[in-house]
Amino acid sequence: MSTDIQNIPIFPNEKSHIDVDSVTIRFAGDSGDGMQITGTQFTDASAIFGNDLATMPDFPAEIRAPAGTVAGVSAYQIHFSSQDIKTPGDDLNVLVAMNAAALKANVMDLEEGGILLIDEAGFTEKDIEKAEMKSNPLEDGSLAGYRVIRANITELTINAVKETGLKGKSAELCKNFFTLGMMYWLYDRPLNHTLKWLDEKYGPKTKYKDKPEIAESNKRALTAGYNFADTVELFTSHYRVKKAALPQGKYRKISGNEATVFGLLTASQKSGRPLFYGSYPITPASDILHGLSKHKNFGVITFQAEDEIAAIASAIGSAYAGGLGVTATSGPGICLKLEAMGLGVMTELPLIIVDVQRGGPSTGLPTKTEQSDLLMVMFGRSGDSPLPVLAAKSPSDCFNMAVEAARIALKYMTPVVLLTDGYIANGSEPWLIPDHNAIPAMKTNLAVPVAGETFQAYARDPVSNARKWAIPGTPGLEHRIGGLEKARNTGSVAYDPENHQAMTNERHAKIAGIANDIPLAEVVGHKDGDALVVSWGGTFGTVSTAVEECIKAGLKLGHVHLNYLNPFPKNLGEILNGFDRVIVPELNMGQLKMLLGGTFGIQIQGINQVRGKPFKVSYLASELHRILETQK
Amino acid sequence: MTTTTAEPLTRKDFASPTAIRWCPGCGDYSILTTMQGILPTLGIPKENFVFVSGIGCSSRFPYYMNTYGFHTIHGRAPAVSTGVKLTNPNLQVWVITGDGDALSIGGNHFIHALRRNMDLKIILFNNRIYGLTKGQYSPTSGVGTVSPSTPYGSVDLPLSPISMALGAEAGFVARTSDNDVKHMGEVFAAAAAYKGAALVEVLQNCVIFADKIHEPYYGRASRNDSLLYLKHGEPLRYGKELEKGLTLDKMTMKTKVNPAEGEVMIHDEKESSGALAFYLSRLSHPEFPVPVGVFRNVERPSYYNAMRGQIDAATAKNPPSLEKLYNSGSTWTVG
Repeated sequence: MSTDIQNIPIFPNEKSHIDVDSVTIRFAGDSGDGMQITGTQFTDASAIFGNDLATMPDFPAEIRAPAGTVAGVSAYQIHFSSQDIKTPGDDLNVLVAMNAAALKANVMDLEEGGILLIDEAGFTEKDIEKAEMKSNPLEDGSLAGYRVIRANITELTINAVKETGLKGKSAELCKNFFTLGMMYWLYDRPLNHTLKWLDEKYGPKTKYKDKPEIAESNKRALTAGYNFADTVELFTSHYRVKKAALPQGKYRKISGNEATVFGLLTASQKSGRPLFYGSYPITPASDILHGLSKHKNFGVITFQAEDEIAAIASAIGSAYAGGLGVTATSGPGICLKLEAMGLGVMTELPLIIVDVQRGGPSTGLPTKTEQSDLLMVMFGRSGDSPLPVLAAKSPSDCFNMAVEAARIALKYMTPVVLLTDGYIANGSEPWLIPDHNAIPAMKTNLAVPVAGETFQAYARDPVSNARKWAIPGTPGLEHRIGGLEKARNTGSVAYDPENHQAMTNERHAKIAGIANDIPLAEVVGHKDGDALVVSWGGTFGTVSTAVEECIKAGLKLGHVHLNYLNPFPKNLGEILNGFDRVIVPELNMGQLKMLLGGTFGIQIQGINQVRGKPFKVSYLASELHRILETQK
Repeated sequence: MTTTTAEPLTRKDFASPTAIRWCPGCGDYSILTTMQGILPTLGIPKENFVFVSGIGCSSRFPYYMNTYGFHTIHGRAPAVSTGVKLTNPNLQVWVITGDGDALSIGGNHFIHALRRNMDLKIILFNNRIYGLTKGQYSPTSGVGTVSPSTPYGSVDLPLSPISMALGAEAGFVARTSDNDVKHMGEVFAAAAAYKGAALVEVLQNCVIFADKIHEPYYGRASRNDSLLYLKHGEPLRYGKELEKGLTLDKMTMKTKVNPAEGEVMIHDEKESSGALAFYLSRLSHPEFPVPVGVFRNVERPSYYNAMRGQIDAATAKNPPSLEKLYNSGSTWTVG
């Protein structure tokens, strides 16, 4: 059996082409329908074709919620464009709904007149009932505002794969590839990448080698979907999204969690310290554990601990023994790690804590995004316990910030928190592959024994204020550290008042001094505008796009995006004081707002939303207009 | 400064300059001295010893050893030690903990360090009380213990550290006492020689809050009649003249005076199922003698070796290359 690829028209032609700049598609179906794979394949094909893109998966917290229910809907959104884009898109141009529940959960995001592709097989009476809908939307007129394309995709798929011998449920499972084929036709994507992928995933060299019908059926379904869209009069035309004018070079697609993995491996290579990753499984951070576990060839030690506390404690142990200690988790895990983070502050060991933020409080929204751990990582420890806090602004920026977190941890001998979030962790974008030779080697503070001198565990570097890293196994540097207050220089236990004040000052000065070693904040847009928009972390794409749109519409706005939350860039106060109004949009109830207000004593207007999703550009733009039109 | 030692190490090399702040008469002193005496005999350079502790009176121990030491947070010493040992396997890592630290707040880490057979030497000082927080009852305190938090007597049932360690699949489990330094030294040496996770419970006296808690069975007057010294391959006998022995009647252990030849059970620390060790761990005073010595000493696969094997195989097959890493998966070129 083999699919005759020769006969697949790559650019079929009787129907007219319409050129568009950018398109947002969401594939939505039951969590067993393979929507994540479908979306990923469409993304890869678009990336290879040369579009700029951004993606956002959206899946349920349950592994297999009851089939057909709204709780079980899984979706994958892709925004692809011939222009430079930074967000996964606001309103959908196309919604693919494999069943009634998927329609119900997503149709509100489809633009008026948008394309709605429906698998009729997912709209039986039972499906309508499971989706808790009062009537069949295909019949009740509620979809009149959309261009509804209906087909019995399930049945078409079963027929298309019949000859391979695949039947029943197994044959039905290929329907996502039939759908993908239709979308490939609609947006002029070549099929060859996905055909190749199917061979690699299910081909003769895989565990499916005794089931050649699996690869074959999916390939047939894909091709059949493509041909079906080309042949029948469902679509009047198809669309072309030209290549984007991206900077020259070699690209790959990268998600935030992948980028974090690459950044950590890079930091280990560049510092010469073995990477130790202690972690406990938690959504949405587990992919970092999975990713690092695959790369044992870098000497990375991945340790799946018994709990979140052991995960960070083991990383601290590794840091004490000379490793690059890292742990990653999400908000509920940080809650459990805070005491150990305090130990890291007191013992002044290099350590990286990655927090892939999700909706809270408590278990909250495990698979949904939020930015609400900022104040917890800043202040959630006993005592005055400062540590650097960084935040990545996009999926690929997780690479840069993971490298930067390691640089700061090793240079300043301190735990560092890196904040990412569920949206950028799971979302992906094209990444211009860097030249690894251009990434500088990282300095460490290894102590060297000096004959005749007793080692002073807390003697500080005059510039960085860092103490030395004395690694067990080194003769002559035997010393004791721990969570009790340290005496200046010697590091012995000390309880006296002068010493505690002095050591507290030293710890603060060390972290504050990092401001001299990080990039200055930069105002994009109007440097002397009517208002300054300040954003941080994963909202960069939506906020910068909204600000650009508002500026085009005539608002005089400046925009500063912060990758460094502690310490702040040293020119931030000056920038803030240069504006009459400061607006802080964030996916929480006002945490950066409180931090900036407290630090700089300024009045700030917040744009705050916690819906488990990124901002919409249109929402931000309308809020910015509203705020600027209101008298201060 | 010390370099790689040409001169043999002595006890003095391990005495730290820090003033010791345990209460006068505390059982911890003899444990410290015994440890300082044993380390020079192990043939390990001084710089390769690391002492890691949690919180509690016992956990001040690392400050008093002139080695690398880490006084961590409550209950977490086995987890911190795991990171130390996995990062540098040449270190001999000793975990110093107590009954509250290891069995209450740190119970989870204690179990899993033993389960994984992490190469740590865990010394658990069991004084059956919380000392540093001024005398509350602990997970090993007997029912009815009157303490500041239980003025009407505690109602919790206690647990046995030895049973718990065996339940966690520990390969080396032993018990000794703070008033028998010779025995303690032998047990520490055996723990040090074991390749993997070793748990040693030390019956230790808190002179302030639970004074003489172990006296009924380990006191000089009664010890011959109430301690059973475990010796591999020898009959499980005790008493001044070894006139008493342990016998097994169906599934029940019994003590018998002047048992018949062949009737007394034989100790086997290598018994693979751990059933015998578990039986022995259940014996408690006054119905039974309290066993001291090595309960179990069996080989188990080492976590570190298995992990290192995977890393070495992966590295040999695919040497680390950032360039290859960045370019893995689908790539495309623009321009």
